[in-house]
Amino acid sequence: MAKNYVTTTINGEQTEFLCETQQTLLDVLRDVIGLTGSKEGCASGDCGACSVIMNGRLVCSCLVLGVEAEGATITTIEGIAQGDKLHPVQQKFLEHAALQCGFCTPGLIVASKALLDENPNPTETEARYWLAGNLCRCTGYDKIIRAVMDAAAELRGESVG
Amino acid sequence: MNYIDTSLKVVGTRPIRPDGVDKVTGRAVFAADTRAAGMLWGKVLRSPHAHARIVSIDTSKAEALAGVHAVVTAADFPEIVSEEAFVGEGPMNFRDLSMNCMARGKALYEGHALAAVAATTQEIADRALALIDVQYDVLPHVIDVEAAMADDAPVLHDDLFTAGVDPAPTKPSNVAKVVTFRKGDAEAGFAEADVIVEGRYTTQPVHQAYIEPHACMATYAPDGQVSIHSSSQGHFMVRAYTAKLLGLNLSNIRVNPAEIGGGFGGKTLVYLEPVAVALSRKCGRTVKMQMTREEVFRASGPTSGAAMEIKIGAKKDGTIVAAKQILKYQAGAFPGSPIGPGCMCGFAMYDLPNVDVVGYDVVSNRPKVAAYRAPGAPITSFAVECALDDLALKLDLDPLTLREKNAAKNGTKTHYGPTHHNIGFTAVLDAVKAHPHWKSPVKEGQGRGLACGFWFNIGGESSAQVHVNEDGTVTAATGSPDIGGSRASIGMMVAEVLGVPPTTVRTIVADTASIGFTFLTGGSRVTFATGMAATQAAEKVVEDLKRRAAQTWEIPVEAVEWKDGKAYPAGSNAGAFEPLDLATLALKSPRTGGPIIAEVSVNAQGAGPGFGAHICDVSVDRETGQVTIERYTAVQDVGKAIHPSYVEGQIQGGAAQGIGWALNEEYIYNDKGQMENPGFLDYRVPVASDVPMIEAVLVEVPNPRHPFGARGVGEVPIIPPMAAIGNAIRRAAGVRMHDLPMSPPKLRAALDAASG
Amino acid sequence: MSGLSYAAPTSVDEAVKLLAGASGLAKVLSGGTDLLVQMRSGRVKPDLIVDTKKIPGLIGIREENGSYVIGAATPGAMVEAHAGMKAAWPGVVEALDLIGSTQIQGRCTLAGNLCNASPAADSVPALFAAGATAVIVGGKGRREVPVEQVPVGPGRTSLGKDEFILEFRLPPRPARSSDAYLRFIPRTEMDIAVVGCGISVTLDDKGVCTTARVALGAVAPTVVLVPDAAQALVGHKLDADTLAKLDAAAQAAAKPINDKRGTIEYRVKVAGVLARRVAAIAFDRAQGFVNGKAH
Repeated sequence: MAKNYVTTTINGEQTEFLCETQQTLLDVLRDVIGLTGSKEGCASGDCGACSVIMNGRLVCSCLVLGVEAEGATITTIEGIAQGDKLHPVQQKFLEHAALQCGFCTPGLIVASKALLDENPNPTETEARYWLAGNLCRCTGYDKIIRAVMDAAAELRGESVG
Repeated sequence: MNYIDTSLKVVGTRPIRPDGVDKVTGRAVFAADTRAAGMLWGKVLRSPHAHARIVSIDTSKAEALAGVHAVVTAADFPEIVSEEAFVGEGPMNFRDLSMNCMARGKALYEGHALAAVAATTQEIADRALALIDVQYDVLPHVIDVEAAMADDAPVLHDDLFTAGVDPAPTKPSNVAKVVTFRKGDAEAGFAEADVIVEGRYTTQPVHQAYIEPHACMATYAPDGQVSIHSSSQGHFMVRAYTAKLLGLNLSNIRVNPAEIGGGFGGKTLVYLEPVAVALSRKCGRTVKMQMTREEVFRASGPTSGAAMEIKIGAKKDGTIVAAKQILKYQAGAFPGSPIGPGCMCGFAMYDLPNVDVVGYDVVSNRPKVAAYRAPGAPITSFAVECALDDLALKLDLDPLTLREKNAAKNGTKTHYGPTHHNIGFTAVLDAVKAHPHWKSPVKEGQGRGLACGFWFNIGGESSAQVHVNEDGTVTAATGSPDIGGSRASIGMMVAEVLGVPPTTVRTIVADTASIGFTFLTGGSRVTFATGMAATQAAEKVVEDLKRRAAQTWEIPVEAVEWKDGKAYPAGSNAGAFEPLDLATLALKSPRTGGPIIAEVSVNAQGAGPGFGAHICDVSVDRETGQVTIERYTAVQDVGKAIHPSYVEGQIQGGAAQGIGWALNEEYIYNDKGQMENPGFLDYRVPVASDVPMIEAVLVEVPNPRHPFGARGVGEVPIIPPMAAIGNAIRRAAGVRMHDLPMSPPKLRAALDAASG
Repeated sequence: MSGLSYAAPTSVDEAVKLLAGASGLAKVLSGGTDLLVQMRSGRVKPDLIVDTKKIPGLIGIREENGSYVIGAATPGAMVEAHAGMKAAWPGVVEALDLIGSTQIQGRCTLAGNLCNASPAADSVPALFAAGATAVIVGGKGRREVPVEQVPVGPGRTSLGKDEFILEFRLPPRPARSSDAYLRFIPRTEMDIAVVGCGISVTLDDKGVCTTARVALGAVAPTVVLVPDAAQALVGHKLDADTLAKLDAAAQAAAKPINDKRGTIEYRVKVAGVLARRVAAIAFDRAQGFVNGKAH
């Protein structure tokens, strides 16, 4: 069986790749294209470490076939910062020490950005439920939620710090 | 030098961690993120049976499959004699570890590795595994700890004779060891008691559930040089185990520490590295291996589950006069549960005249246990702290008052031997008493629980190097993998000593060939022991810088002082010279003795125990048995918080893990001894919406044995949550939950039983 | 090299031909949130994957003569963002919303949830209660069946090899009608339902129930409609006596198994608890009381 030829847009760049049908978008990102920022924690959609934004929607890249990326627009963790300027979510994760080991962090940052794109003024409860698909075993989520709320405030122009 | 009472500029602040940007942009390189030219994928064949004799393994069809380059079984590993290993955290035996990495003769649990293949693609590797023909003689199995202790239980190891009993047994059993600690006369104590509480408690094994599965990449070169890139809590540990299990020299193995995606104790031993090296040795290609999540659950170690009996006797005023505990800890398929710390930690918080603790280390057909945060302590403390709450209820005493009355103080001799010095338990209890959470009324329909925790903390061997670069910036290298922000804390201590901003210091984790031996990251030892080495290395650099300034100014070195990152003449008698800063001294270094560098290795002693107390408010849905954590406060003596944010993070993370342990996490086995929930869908770790903000309250009673007063902080916070939540449920719903997890079906059943 | 192939047809006919002509196992892919997990674990080994998302009409929501029509491959997140659906069928929307995480919501579909045929599927009790129909296309043409005729057992459906679901139709809503769905899970998110319950009701102007449909999930090999529970509601206001009868009817209908997610005893009790709680929400909504999103 021939591999599938796929043309897609990843982090603003048109990208072509070949993949076998059973390869997931996560397999393609990590093993074919070399974008290893998206992590495999479970390969079953339960941990969120592979979160990417595909055609404007937050998805687990382990639950998308690579071949489904044909014609899609995909943002991965590598595309969240603009050049050397961190996205406010990234900056607030650093300031609030919202990471320990850092393995879940890429997925959480992508998911948090997707949240704030859709809901600029989430309540703490909304943020917690939105991020419930992103497991973090290190932090107890406290500082992550604070970072997300603070990033939201900054994006709304309300941040004092 | 000791900085405890000095004014500090860096230590105690909250700078951004040196590896932060890499980790928020996806650039940080974890073990599974590397590739090499010509790399093969290694995969492991695992036993579907909980207990089986391996009659034969035929790998010929797998070897014949196109794309397969190597297949290994136990036959490719040297047979190792029984030998205690002091390489990892907790008791370990080299032979057991070898047999855990690759089963020899018998498969001892579902998921036990039997063979491994290396192939050009993951898919071919999977197909090759399916072609390996294993003939089993399936044996009766045993999962439960008390069932494994029964006389008629299937015996896992016919050469395992219980240690610690006299006379030594003549028959093998699943009880590997009996541990006994006695102080005073417990029976005489109970005879004096006005009230006695008793209980039987059980806990389930829980997995560390780090989000990063185990992964490594290894190359065995034709000259016998081995390089390993892996994620672990100690690359020197990986080197030592790999060398021993494959019969290699340490100097021939170089281990590069990848970023580690969580460990919590679970990455203090090896599963894949020796296998990857064996595969590479066989085919001459680089081999990469990574576990699936299912493999992580089926084959890597959780902490023990346990069955416990407890009895505490007290006078009417709450003074405890006797305490007794029997602990039965599951070790998994090989001996080595944390029964020792289990027997030590539960009662060590209290000043008890009469104590009797007996512990059993018991093997059964489950994955070999691994360390998990304060190994052994959370289990025993669940029983002790619940029993104390029952005692408080029985005596109609406030649970905090009961603890204050019996709290260990400086000079208290523990039942396991050592006498407490410079401990902060009383300060922790004072902070609980003063906290708004404790002082606030309990809300309608809710219950409030209090529980405490103790961990002795460890020091040990660490190496650190501080190098002033040619431009005056600083590189600090250590041998400790950074599992949760230790680059930040190490760099801050170095910056404090040197008198420079923390941004000047870049901390790195050096590989096994580039820094002196360093024991693994575990037992909450890095900020203490590696921090001590790094501080001393920075001090040596300061001494060297003073000497160089003295040489430049041609004055005695005693006449130079170092402050705020510059050399100054000490007083007017020393002469009038412009201060020399680091950059200037670095520039002049070729003329003052060459590179400015110091390496210090220590075997740090005096870690200083940690104490914590957690306050938890819960509500209980009486119809579904669901518990909601409404408010959570964790108070802990941390000695000195080097980077308070990461100290708080340790406490919050440990508390959340404890919440999972308390409410939902468990291994579910079918009647064949196979795990039914090997994934994050049904092994239920807390998600963001399950927990409230967790307030971490830092109490700072300095540890005089550390230059800045630091104590280990990572272990204590997982100890109190199970009892804190159990006690809160007791007070909210009127039922005492004796068995973890306190899941909705169990709680509903308990409520139904209580209402008749 | 694997033998698995992939096709993304752009018409129903093309898709039906692909399915009919497949030599081995062909699987329809919409959101993939179950299929990809099953493939990765080796439980399902298809030879052909037919991705239906490029077929016109498969993604989207439209209103037709007071009915809502939902394309089979419409992701959950799109349904939740639809104001009309939320107003008319809040129970269906909240049930769909409970499937998995935000990430899953970006992909999961009603068709996938129904055709995966798990008894614990969250959206299915709500669809059963709603009286939804599924429009099925295949080699023999097009048929419209009540959704409860689709799943026939755990993991099994009544669909033929060359058939797939094109869209779902929700009937027009009379005045004072609403629905609700709750499930019980041990955590607050990310679990499979231990028990699920969907109820749809229409009330008269005095708050008396005139029609009702009650469905339970995870208490039988498939999601089940519980006519006795519906009967307990019809002709009554939601008073204590009615609630008790509803609870008893739900418990009587629950025939669960012991498994890793719950015990028989617990599931039976919780079926009754949920039925009461869901009925209360549905009645409130039908009478115009505002309710928060249930989790």
